[in-house]
Formats: sequence, structure tokens, C-alpha cells
Amino acid sequence: MQERDALLKKKVVPSVEVIPPERLKLLDEIIDKYAGSTQNLIPALKEAQELFGYLPMEVQRKLSIGMNIPAPHIYGVVTFYSFFTITPRGRHTIRLCLGTACYVKGSKEILENIIKDVGINVGETSEDGRFTLEAVRCLGACGLAPVMMIGEDTHGNIHPPKTISILDGYQ
Amino acid sequence: MCASPFYRMQLMMCAGTGCIASGSLDVRDALERELQKRNLQDEVQIIMTGCNGFCAMGPLVVVYPDGIFYNQVKPEHAPLIVEEHVLKGRVVQDLLFKEEATKTRVPLMKDIGFFGLQRLIVLRNRGLIDAESIDEYIARDGYAALAKCLQEMTPEQVIEEVKKAGLRGRGGGGFPTGLKWEECRRYDSFPKFTICNGDEGDPGAFMDRSVMEGDPHSVLEGMAISGYAIGANQGYIYVRAEYPLAIQRLEKAIHDAREYGVLGKNIFNSGFDFDIGIAPGAGAFVCGESTALMYSIEGKRGMPRIKPPRSAEAGLWNQPTNLNNVETFANLNPIILNGGDWFASIGTEGSKGTKVFALTGAINNVGLVEVPMGTSLKTLIFDIGGGIPKKRKFKAAQIGGPSGGCIPNGMEDVEIDYESLQGVGAMMGSGGVVVMDDMTCMVDTAKFFTNFSVDESCGKCTPCREGLKAMYDKLTDICEGRGQEGDVEFLIELGNHVNNTSHCGLGKSAANPVLSTIRYFRDEYDAHIRDKHCPALVCPELIDFEVMADKCKMCGACFKACPSNAIVWEKKKVAWIDREKCTKCRTCIQTCKFGAIR
Amino acid sequence: MPKISIEDLRKIKEQQLNKMSVRAGHHRAKITVHMGTCGIAAGAREIMTLFRDIIGEKDIADIILTNSGCAGLCAKEPMITVELEGSAPVKYVLLDKTKAKRIFDEHVMEGKVVEDYALAIGSETMAT
Repeated sequence: MQERDALLKKKVVPSVEVIPPERLKLLDEIIDKYAGSTQNLIPALKEAQELFGYLPMEVQRKLSIGMNIPAPHIYGVVTFYSFFTITPRGRHTIRLCLGTACYVKGSKEILENIIKDVGINVGETSEDGRFTLEAVRCLGACGLAPVMMIGEDTHGNIHPPKTISILDGYQ
Repeated sequence: MCASPFYRMQLMMCAGTGCIASGSLDVRDALERELQKRNLQDEVQIIMTGCNGFCAMGPLVVVYPDGIFYNQVKPEHAPLIVEEHVLKGRVVQDLLFKEEATKTRVPLMKDIGFFGLQRLIVLRNRGLIDAESIDEYIARDGYAALAKCLQEMTPEQVIEEVKKAGLRGRGGGGFPTGLKWEECRRYDSFPKFTICNGDEGDPGAFMDRSVMEGDPHSVLEGMAISGYAIGANQGYIYVRAEYPLAIQRLEKAIHDAREYGVLGKNIFNSGFDFDIGIAPGAGAFVCGESTALMYSIEGKRGMPRIKPPRSAEAGLWNQPTNLNNVETFANLNPIILNGGDWFASIGTEGSKGTKVFALTGAINNVGLVEVPMGTSLKTLIFDIGGGIPKKRKFKAAQIGGPSGGCIPNGMEDVEIDYESLQGVGAMMGSGGVVVMDDMTCMVDTAKFFTNFSVDESCGKCTPCREGLKAMYDKLTDICEGRGQEGDVEFLIELGNHVNNTSHCGLGKSAANPVLSTIRYFRDEYDAHIRDKHCPALVCPELIDFEVMADKCKMCGACFKACPSNAIVWEKKKVAWIDREKCTKCRTCIQTCKFGAIR
Repeated sequence: MPKISIEDLRKIKEQQLNKMSVRAGHHRAKITVHMGTCGIAAGAREIMTLFRDIIGEKDIADIILTNSGCAGLCAKEPMITVELEGSAPVKYVLLDKTKAKRIFDEHVMEGKVVEDYALAIGSETMAT
């Protein structure tokens, strides 16, 4: 139990993957749109993450120069907000709700099933690159608890033993 | 205008996040196909509304003019609805709502207990208007309050009216809105800002999402009124990243409002300018705290700072800033149009108006309800909420999220308002009510909330960052059988320290879940510590599973469901559990229909 | 789109309320077209369309047009029931478009029952 709770804490491993320069160029548009004010940093990071799937150091550095915001400030923001990630994602992101309503209705058991059968914990990506598991604090769909989102699909009223059969639909 | 088709019937489909997740868009497509097949598309109109509130029963369709309420509608029901109801006028019995208590089908929406006992001010337009149409909002007196303010009232009079109404902040603290505005108006430094806090972070609360999705203009109008009152020309809505639909609907609403000129320069020729921008959040619970939220809008890490100075004096970019919650803003249109006295006539001595609650957890009618302040918890849970499912017993209601506390069985007569909740050790918070039955372990629940607060603590001040962690470790020990005498006293002492010495509102209330469960469920803590037993059979280290031979029907369902092959079963024999292999995952308990495993 | 004035706000409200009148629950008159299988076969759809056209054309807000199942008098279809607020419902039988038009003009708009086509005044008593 303690081990599992320890695993629940996210591990932050800065990525070392190299992004080809021509892909980095795609950031120019975002920089043009948002440069000029720190106020725009969060929307800019959101769009950058949509583009690359995550926010590796190269992307942060380029945004820092382009938007004239110190790199440590950007790193600070990226690591503060749970929406941003600096590690690559799997093909499907599972967002399991661990909010109160879902917790009371059994989302802990769903989590255990995923840990056991997919072999990944919160914040991890499976080795075959199929799933990334995230825990969220309430999707605001408590009426359907327990709830899990896979990509854009919301699955509600999940019977915990059926967890894996839902995942089978995503290859 | 006269050439527009006359629709004799309108099908109002809920398009809130809950119903969309249950498949309401597929139902809409199926209904549209079916209507077209019968050439009825010019006779019958389908309108997508905001969240109707009755999320557990989705997808929902309400048929007007009859007011017939259908629930759990699936695409394959579309031919039935069109053939029977739309064409022949016969109500489809199978899709009507079934009242759990009486086991009867209720055709009319207004007769369903869940809806009938509510009083709608904030949610006045829910399910009645097209969430994306500014015209329909105007038809329901939308922007008339803003017009009245600009045409007939001075900013001071607006503030006076809100003070007279006795409106208090709906985000949790309950600070009187009128006083907040008055203070902000006093500071003579420009520009000023007004911010809408849509960072609804409390798990189990979704009323703000519902309002932003279902009636976005009511928020915009409230913000414009507050801007006029305090002298601000710019507003921001901070919406959390988890609510993409809310952001989308607000964007459309702001666009339409600008087109009509109810936002922008010189609104209604009054000389008053006001515009609104959306500031999306990025997933941090602490950003619901006012100062942290403002840092986040500025593009920084959202960490609270010490007050004073208060935001009214030095908020966003150090300028005077007013911050109210979504629900607070949605109250303003009716207050201005009907007067402060009208609003003050609803509710209790110290808490006026209504409050929206999100009923979740172990309750039959999960959903959003709006009731006058002072409604008893009993009415909320049993009359509106339809009681606890599967004939289980009500154990406690957790009110106010991670900052709130529990109200135990036996105290459900408590009348819910700001004061009485504080009196019993809970708080209003944003209005999340999580109902727990006797299958819920209170120590485990306290541990869950503490874990939440540990995770979401921004780490700036020590009591919150370290104190909560120490409390969490202690709770884990208790749940895993390492509890000792004195642990409960330790938790009480540390919890009081955290509450008394943290910087921001979140830290100051973060120990509440632990303190209130100790207050009402001390015996459960003691059972964990002394008897090494979890009375609710939740904490795996403290229970052994067994099959009760007298209840087992020998069906073998548990045997098939067990993921670790720990259940031994043969046909026509009672199952038994191999404790060596059992991982205590509770799958068997969930699977057994006869309650034979404990 | 031009910026709107407070006067425009009132206009939009009135126009839009008309379109939403179906949901209001309050109305001056209610026309029920009986649309069981028999009614539809006898031409109830045409009558329904006619009423819709008239109401849409004249932009009338306080009338509810609805349908119900077979009234049990299949031989006399198409049938409609007209119910003005505060007075007993009137059943009309064996209708066609011309007759329906006359009923609309005289009964619904002016309140005079068209006795030529009327079957009975008042509803049948319900058993329950």
C-alpha cells in the first residue's frame, strides 16, 4: 500500500530526446502569436504541447528566447501545473479520475487493475508506447462516477473488473 | 421573421459534459435521422441545452409543450420516441423516470421529486434555453439587468442593492459580495479588474461547470455589472483546463456579446466600456485561491501570497481587483431585476438566496440541485436525492471538499447555511456534497483528502507542505495496522497547527477532513488502532475476506471474476477464499450479487 | 451585426419569446390533432401541416399545437380538439383542409364554435 502510494507521486525525468530543427520551426507561429507578455505563457505552452505532445527542454528553450521569458521561469511554470508534461506520451492517455465521488465508487480498484494488467502507474508510459496513465482530481462528471477518460472519450459508470476490457478497445 | 417555421414541438436535449459522455450527441443524431425519415424536421425542433442537473440519468430529453421527461435515452430509442410520441402523441412509458421510493413512473418533469423541490435562481435557465444562443438568453430577461444598471442606477446604487440582497460569495468563504465591491470601488487606482473564478477544483463539485456550459451569458452579464459597480473595464474568466466545453461555450458567448455590443465600447450608449478575456488554467488546485489565481493569469506559478494587501487593493498586476465565483455572478441578473429585498426574502437570517449543491457518491439521484439556504440535509439527501442506493445506510455527508468536513448520521436535520455548517465543523465550500454509505471507511476517506491536499499543496509554507505530509504518513500507518495509542491526539494537535499557521485559505482548512472525521468517528479510528480492524471492510491490511456459507448461492461469479485465482469453487459448492493468494482487491465483493462475501 | 440598443434588447426578447412559446407552459388555445394510425391514414398530417403554416405565417405565440393518439372514433377521422383557455374542449370530426381553416379562423381566433363540424363539447369522463 505504501509502495503504491509512493509510486503515485509523479516522477519527473527531464527528457533527452532531440527534436529535429525543422520541427522546432513550427514553434515560430506560436511565438509570433503570443510574444510580448508573460500573461500569454500558459496558452502558448498549451499550444506547444498540442504540437509536440509534450514539452521537452528544446521546446522550452526556444520559447524562452522567442518570448523573451527566462528559461527557469518557463521550467517553473511547466513543472508547477499538472497539465504540462516534459516526458513523451503514449498513444492513448488514460485520465483516471480520483476525485471524491469516483474514489467512493471504486476508482481505486480501477487504478489497481491498470497497475496490475498494463504495468504502469500514475505518470508512467507503457513500454510499448500504448498508454500513459494520469490521475486527475475530478473531471466534473461525478454523476457518472467512477469516470476515466481515454483520449477524448469519457467512460462512465465503470465496473472495476471491466477495466481491462475497456482498454482493449484502444490499441 | 414571419417566414420562420413554426415548430409545434421542441425536444430539449441535455448537452452538458455528463450527458455528452453518456452519449447524448449520438441520440441527437439518431433523432434527427428519424425525424427526417418521416419528414418532420420542419415541425419538430431539437435544441441542445446546458446541463440539466440530473446527470446520473443521462442522456436526457424533455419534450415540450407537454413537459414530458425521458431519461437514459439511447440512440435505438429514437424511432420509438418519434413514432409514438412525436407522431401519435403517446408517451413512451419505458423511458420515463422511475421514482426509487415509490417504484412509479413519473411522466412530467415538474412532478419528479428531484426537480419539484428545487428553487432555481442561479440555474433559472437550465434546460430551458439553447446554451449557445444569445437571443434565447435575452428572451429570458438576459442583459436587461445590465441595461437597468447602466440606464437607471449609479455604481453606488448597484452596490447598495447587492448589499441589501445579502449575497455572499458562493466560492466557499461566504464573504459579502456588496462589501467586497464597495472596498474595491474605494481605491483610486486604474485600471481595475474584475475576475470570475471558474477554477472549480473541489472534487465532487461541478456546479460552476454546469453554469459556464449551460448559461454562459449569465456569467458575462454578472461580470459586466460588477465591472460597472467597481469601475473596472476589463474582466477575466479563469477556467480550469479540465473543462474544454466550458471554454468553448464561453468563447462563443463572448463573441456573440461583442457582436451585439453588450460587451465592448460604449455599451448601450452609456459611455461604459467593458470587455472579457478567458484565462485558461493548467491544472493546479491551489489556483482556486484568489492570489494564486491572479499570479496564474499573469503567467506565473500559481502560489498564494500573504494578505494584506488584499486583492481589492493590489490584485492582478498590483491593481485593484474584484474576484467572485461563477455562481455569485450568475445571481446578479435576478437580484438587479427583482431587487435586493426579493433576494433577501429567501434563505435564512445570515445566508440569503439559494445555493447549488452537487450531490454525488452513494446516492440515487446524483446531480445538481439548487435549494434555498436553510434547507435541511435530510431534505437534500432523501427527498431530492432519493436516498441511498441498494438499501444501504446513510453514514455521513462530506460537504465542502478537501477544505470541508463530515456531517454524520443522526445530524441530518442540520439546516444548511454558512453559519450552521461551520457550527458542525464542515463548511459550505463550493457546495460539493459527497454522500457516504456504511461501506465507506472514514479513516480511509480522511486519508484520501489529506493525500489530495499533500499533492496539491504549492509548497510555499511549511505547515501545509510538511504538516500535511506527516498527517498523511500517520493516517497510512493507522490504515495499515501500525497505529498506536496517541496517534489520534497527534493528528488533532498537528491538524490544529496546520489550520492555524498556514498562509492561505486552502492550508487553513486542509486539516478539516481529518479533524471532523475524528470528531464524529473516533470509534472507527480506535477500531483501526486498537483492534486492528476496519469496520467498513475497506482497508485491505486490516481485513480478511471470507465467504459466508449461508448466503452463498454457489453461482461461481466470484470465482470467474477473481483476478488472482484466489477463489476456489466447484459447481454446487460454496466458494472459499485462499488467503495466501488473495490480494484484497474487492473485485469479488463487487461481483457478488448476494452480499455473501465480507 | 450592428450594436444593439436597450430598445433592440426588448425587441429581440419579444421575437425570441414567440419562438420559445412552446416551452412556456401557458397558452390561450390548444389544438390537438388526433394522429393515431387511422388519423394519419385519413389525412391528419395535412391538417397538422396546415395549422403549422397558419401559425407560422401569422407569427402567433399563444397557441399550442399538439397531437395525441387515436380518439377511438376511427370512422370519423381526421379529428381535432380545440380547447380555449377557460372553456370546454370541442371535438371536430371528418375534417379536410377547408373545414380546418374555417375552424381556425372562427373558433381559435374569434372564439365562436363552428357547430357544423362539431361532434361534441366536453371531454369523455376518465375512468381513473
